[in-house]
Amino acid sequence: MQAEDFDMGLEISRLTRGDTAIGGVCAFAGLVRDFGGSAASGGAMTLEHYPGMTEKALAEIEAQAQARWPLQESLIIHRYGRLEPGDNIVLVVAASAHREAAFEACHFLIDWLKTKAPFWKLEETADGAHWVEAKSSDDVAADKWSRLKGKE
Amino acid sequence: MKLIYFAWVREKAGKSNEEMPLPEGVKTVGELIDWLAGQDDKMAAAFSDPSVIRAAVNQEHVPMDHELGENDEIAFFPPVTGG
Repeated sequence: MQAEDFDMGLEISRLTRGDTAIGGVCAFAGLVRDFGGSAASGGAMTLEHYPGMTEKALAEIEAQAQARWPLQESLIIHRYGRLEPGDNIVLVVAASAHREAAFEACHFLIDWLKTKAPFWKLEETADGAHWVEAKSSDDVAADKWSRLKGKE
Repeated sequence: MKLIYFAWVREKAGKSNEEMPLPEGVKTVGELIDWLAGQDDKMAAAFSDPSVIRAAVNQEHVPMDHELGENDEIAFFPPVTGG
């Protein structure tokens, strides 16, 4: 949880440094996409969050990933405040002995974050600011992991 | 209990938080939403469609039938859109 930018490369190397049990690292970064019609507005967005709950929710999501996959390390960084197109929003990283756990845990982290962490995006458009609506496809993506859990 | 509003719920309600005793006859999150919608025009605008409202009690996501306590921190917001 931070307003400031982050350096993906630096964060990943800091996470994995000194842990020689790690054989694979998978990272996902989310950026502010220029959603069009931005000439007048600049296409910026503001991320609101719920201080207190956000930290708890992110810690819970990370704990779930640690419980489901044999991870050496994991990391979630999420920014808030006003962001411009091209800016970093979020970074999730999963590091494990082997690639499969790293890939799956990384995918899980971002899917769960999108439906469970209390953030809201306010987009600035030429018509004024509007709140981004949640996508049902994000719920489907998160639910997929709930179903997989039952199979284990 | 403490109520906190986020995103367009906050904008429509015209306030970010408030404190009040648990209203008489209100036991669950869903009943509180109905009660809030009946308070004034702004709260009606914010809470008229419960299907687009999500709730957290003491900073945990909860379903609409979750039972409330006098000292709860209750947050109302639209479905989340982070990441």
